[in-house]
Amino acid sequence: MTAAPVETRAYPDLVVPRPRIPRPRRRGMSVALRTLGPLALLGGWWLASATGVLSPDVLASPATVADAARELWADGQLTDALRVSLTRAVLGLACGLAAGLLLGVVTGFSRLGEELLDSPLQLLRALPFLSLVPLFMVWFGIGESARVVLIAVATTFPMYVSTAGGVRNVDRRLLEAMRTFGLGGWRLVREVVLPGALPSLLAGFRLSMTLSVIALIAAEEINSTSGIGYLMTQAQSFSRTDILSVCVLVYGLLGLAADLLARGAERVLMPWRAKGAAR
Amino acid sequence: MSTAVHLRGLRRVFGSRAVLDGVDLDIERGEFVALLGASGTGKTTLLRILGALDRPDGGTVLVPEARTIVFQEPRLVPSKRVLGNVVVGLPRGAAVQEQGRRALAEVGLADHARAWPHTLSGGEAQRVALARALVREPELLLLDEPFAALDALTRLRMQDLVGDLVRTRRPAVLLVTHDVDEAIRLADRVAVLKDGRLVTDERVEARRPRDAADPEFTALRRRLLGDLGVRLPAAGPDENEKAGRPSEGAIR
Repeated sequence: MTAAPVETRAYPDLVVPRPRIPRPRRRGMSVALRTLGPLALLGGWWLASATGVLSPDVLASPATVADAARELWADGQLTDALRVSLTRAVLGLACGLAAGLLLGVVTGFSRLGEELLDSPLQLLRALPFLSLVPLFMVWFGIGESARVVLIAVATTFPMYVSTAGGVRNVDRRLLEAMRTFGLGGWRLVREVVLPGALPSLLAGFRLSMTLSVIALIAAEEINSTSGIGYLMTQAQSFSRTDILSVCVLVYGLLGLAADLLARGAERVLMPWRAKGAAR
Repeated sequence: MSTAVHLRGLRRVFGSRAVLDGVDLDIERGEFVALLGASGTGKTTLLRILGALDRPDGGTVLVPEARTIVFQEPRLVPSKRVLGNVVVGLPRGAAVQEQGRRALAEVGLADHARAWPHTLSGGEAQRVALARALVREPELLLLDEPFAALDALTRLRMQDLVGDLVRTRRPAVLLVTHDVDEAIRLADRVAVLKDGRLVTDERVEARRPRDAADPEFTALRRRLLGDLGVRLPAAGPDENEKAGRPSEGAIR
């Protein structure tokens, strides 16, 4: 802005308004800033290894880890493990999300549903799912089903809490208006309630996705013979910190990918949100 | 009297369209200016620039330090009681609370200090918003169509209230509106914004309290509506009767 100094001097008690609005940022710049954090982490790791602050017994250097990853990838161990682990995570997550969504809509939308279901669900939610591992082994054996059920249980609750909150916060006046136009029941839920609660649903989705990876680790500690967890157990017994690091990195990348997926879903699923608002 | 607002060559461009294209405007201290314009002419943008909510693309903008805005909707914080909303952002303390109570009494809501915003009617909520703006003792009061969402009766009462409060406190006022009658009733000066510029800027000479049946009122109203692109039938004997209705000249 070009504030002519002559004019400013003519009005000594007046000021130029200074709006505190962030200037719109170009997309490339935004992406660059987002990648800065992970790159800084990687750089710090590399630097610590190179200067000897981080001894190879504690954590292998990035180069060694990359070599280990290449080796695991080349002999197919990593791809196999990844396929098995992802299948477990996705299956469990899908069940958990579906259950959380259903329960959340019921308790958020119907008063009776809330009265009947909310307290038992809150009670179950308070149980640490890790404490269920031995119980599930007794109930479902040490096969795949115990693992999938564990992930499903762990991911149900974040989804449930977010969904119920989002559904409850849908504008009551909008619902009232829609009822006068004859919209009710399932159609009302599908056409108005769920789109209205979508931001909360996606927040729950993100929480559940992260938790599914955590639950995956716990599930794969149970007497596994395949998957990333198995790979880790193996590496642990041979003190291969490079392979351990590869596995940890894979978990981290899985979490990052899950987050990117959720962000993408946000953009695709909510076209009515103005571009400016989605800062 | 000294100047409260000084605008020279103000420009604001959205995409390829210059919404404000060289606006010059001065408002004296204690002066009430009404800015008229059809929707989308940039009158709210102008107000937002004065309130430091938007950024000009060019030109000189000078405003006083103390300025407050009353928006079209009340914009009250639902989790704060009415008094809390009035003194929001001010330093805590008994003196400020008392100031807030006085401002509420001025808008006739002394009994509602402990009420929650959602229990208020539209007019009451807007009066709280007005008290919130006045308690800060602004040198410039920016009113962004503050009566537009109110029913006709409440609107008339609110207009009188604002007129009275402004006369006692004497801030400079910029009222953005699309209601010609409202502008003439309240303002010392009316301006019309069209194609990014002020096409009209004239004093309202009619005596206060202003009566819509006053021939001066009717003549000015006809001129302003003409500037806004609304053609009225030639003045006939029924003109006075028509002008008696509260918001007949409103452009919707």
